[in-house]
Amino acid sequence: MFDQILQFLITGLTTGAIYALVALGFTIIYNASDVVNFAQGEFVMMGAMSTVFLAAGDNGLPTPLAATLSVVLVICVGIFLQRFAIAPARGASVVTTIIITIGASIFLRGLALVVWGKDIHGMTPFSGETPIHIGQATLLPQNIWVMGGTAVMVLAVHYFFHYTMQGKAILACSYNRDAASLMGINVGLMMMVAYGLSALLGAMAGILVAPISFTSYDAGVMLGLKGFSAAILGGMGNPMGAVVGGLLLGLIESLSAGLISSGYKDAIGFIILLLVLFIRPSGLMGKRSSDRV
Amino acid sequence: MNRLRGPIILAAILVALPLLFPDNYFVTVVVTTAVLHAILAISLNLLMGYAGQISLGHAAFFGIGAYSSAILTTQHRLDPLLAIAAGMLITGTIAFLIARPILRLKGHYLAMATLGFGIIISIILVQAGHFTGGPDGLGDIPKLVIFGWAVESDFHWYIVMSTILILVVWLVNNLIDSRSGRALRALHGSEIAAEMMGINTTAVKSAIFVLSALIASFAGSLFAHQQSFISPDSFSFFFSIELVTMVVLGGLASTYGAIFGALVLTFLPELLVVFEDYEVMVFGAILMAMMIFMPQGLFVGFEKLAQRLYRKFFASQTIDKEQRDVA
Repeated sequence: MFDQILQFLITGLTTGAIYALVALGFTIIYNASDVVNFAQGEFVMMGAMSTVFLAAGDNGLPTPLAATLSVVLVICVGIFLQRFAIAPARGASVVTTIIITIGASIFLRGLALVVWGKDIHGMTPFSGETPIHIGQATLLPQNIWVMGGTAVMVLAVHYFFHYTMQGKAILACSYNRDAASLMGINVGLMMMVAYGLSALLGAMAGILVAPISFTSYDAGVMLGLKGFSAAILGGMGNPMGAVVGGLLLGLIESLSAGLISSGYKDAIGFIILLLVLFIRPSGLMGKRSSDRV
Repeated sequence: MNRLRGPIILAAILVALPLLFPDNYFVTVVVTTAVLHAILAISLNLLMGYAGQISLGHAAFFGIGAYSSAILTTQHRLDPLLAIAAGMLITGTIAFLIARPILRLKGHYLAMATLGFGIIISIILVQAGHFTGGPDGLGDIPKLVIFGWAVESDFHWYIVMSTILILVVWLVNNLIDSRSGRALRALHGSEIAAEMMGINTTAVKSAIFVLSALIASFAGSLFAHQQSFISPDSFSFFFSIELVTMVVLGGLASTYGAIFGALVLTFLPELLVVFEDYEVMVFGAILMAMMIFMPQGLFVGFEKLAQRLYRKFFASQTIDKEQRDVA
C-alpha cells in the first residue's frame, strides 16, 4: 500500500509540475496584461509537436537542437499573439479578450492540424528508460527531467522578476501601466517580453512531458484548462500560488485516479477546486479583493 | 407596443423564409439549428449580458435537460411533455442549489467555477454509462407529440423552434422592462450601488441564474426529441464556449444581438466547408478578427457603421444646403 501511494505521488508530482508550468505562464500574462490566455495550452502543444517533427526522420536534427528551435518558434508565436491579437484590442472587456484568445487557440490548433496532421506522436525519453526502483515504486528518468526542469524554470522565473531590471520593469507595468511608461519603461516591449516568456514556459512544459504523455494537435486544450484551474486554485496572479496549485492539482488527480476511479479523476479535481472556491473565493493564496465603490 | 415590435418583426421574418425558399435545406435544417442556438444564446445573455455574470458552463444545463428527457422517455416511458417538465424541475433544482455559492465568486473565479461545473457534468454524462449510455450516447428517443400533433419532419421542427424562439424573446423583453429587469441592469452597473438602493442582489442573481438554466433545459429537451439520438459530445465544454461566443459576438445585453450571434456562428461553419482542411484555422482567424475590430459585438458594430454612413451622407447634404442658404 505504501509503495502504491508513493507511485501515485511520483506520477502526481510529474503531472503537477507540468500544470505548474502552464499555470505560471497564465499568471505571467495575466499579471502583465489582465488577459486570461486560453491559447496557453497551444504553446505547450506547439513546443512538443514541432520538436517531434524537427527531430523526426533520418535527417532529423538532434533532439536538443530541435527543442531549442521549437522553443524559439513558440516564443515568436507568443510575441505575434501579443502584437497582432491582444495589443489592438486594448481596453476591450474581459469577456472580449477571452474570446480573442479562444479564437487564437482555435487558429493555432487549426494551423497544427494543417501542418502536422491528426496523428498522435511520441518522443524518445531524453536519457533512456531504465527505471529507478524505490521500494516497489518506479521512477523513470523522464520523471526526474520533468520535476527537475520545472524546478529550474520556476527558480529562474523568480530570479527574473525579482533581481533583473527587465523583470522588475514588467512588474512595474502590471502595477501601473501609465506610471511605468512615464518612468521611461517601454511598455509595448515589456508586454512582448512577458508573452514571449510565457510561451517559453509553455513550450518547455510540452517538450518535457511529450516522452511521457504523447502529443497531438489537440493536446493543448486539456492542458490549458488544467493550467487555468491550477492558477485559480492557487489564487490568480500569484506566481507561487500557481506553482502550488499545479502541484496540488496533479497530486489530487493521481491519487483519485489510483484510489477512487480513473474515469472520474478530472471530475474530482474540479469538484475539489469548486469546494476550495466556495470556502475561499479568491483561491488558496490569492489576495482577498475588496470592491471599490 | 414597443415591446411587441421586435417579436413581430422576428415572426414576420421566420414566416417569410420558408415561403420565399420552400424546401430549402438551409431554411429547414440550418435555420432550425440557428433558432435553437438563438434560444440558448438568449438564455445565456440574460445572465451574461443583463446581470453581468460570466458563465462558461451553460451547455451543462442544456445537457441535463436533454438527458432527463431522453432517459425518462426511453427507460421510464414517460410522456415527452411531462419529461420536459421533469427535466426543467431537475435542472432548476440543481441550478438553485449551486447558484448562491457560485455567484458569490467574481470575474475569473466565476468563469473558472462555471467552467468546472460544465466539465463535471460532461464527465458524468460520459462515465455514468449505466444511465446515459456513456460515450456512445442514447438513441430511440420518441417523437414529440403536442396535443395529438406529432412533430416529425424538419419543417415541423422549424415551426416548433421558431414559435418557441418568438415566445422566449417576448418573455425576455417583458422581463427586462419589468421591475426585476431594472434591478438586474442596476446590478450589472454596480452591485454595491444596487444593494444600497435596497435591491437584494443575491436573490436577483440567483433567480436569473435559475431562469436561464430553465430555458436551456427546455431547449435541451427539444433538441433530444428533434435528434432522437444524443451523445455527450453535444454538451461538452466546447459547446459552452460556442454559446458564450454567440452572445459576445452578437453584442452583450442585446437579445437581438444574441440571435444575430447564433445565426452567424451556425452559418459560418456551413460556409467554411469550402476551405476543407483549413476550415478550423479560418474559423479561428475570423473569430479573432471580429472581436478585435468590433469588441462590442457585431450588432452594435454594424449599427455604428450604419449610423456613421448615415450621418456622413446627411451631414454633407446639410452643409450643402447651408452653403446654398448663405449664398
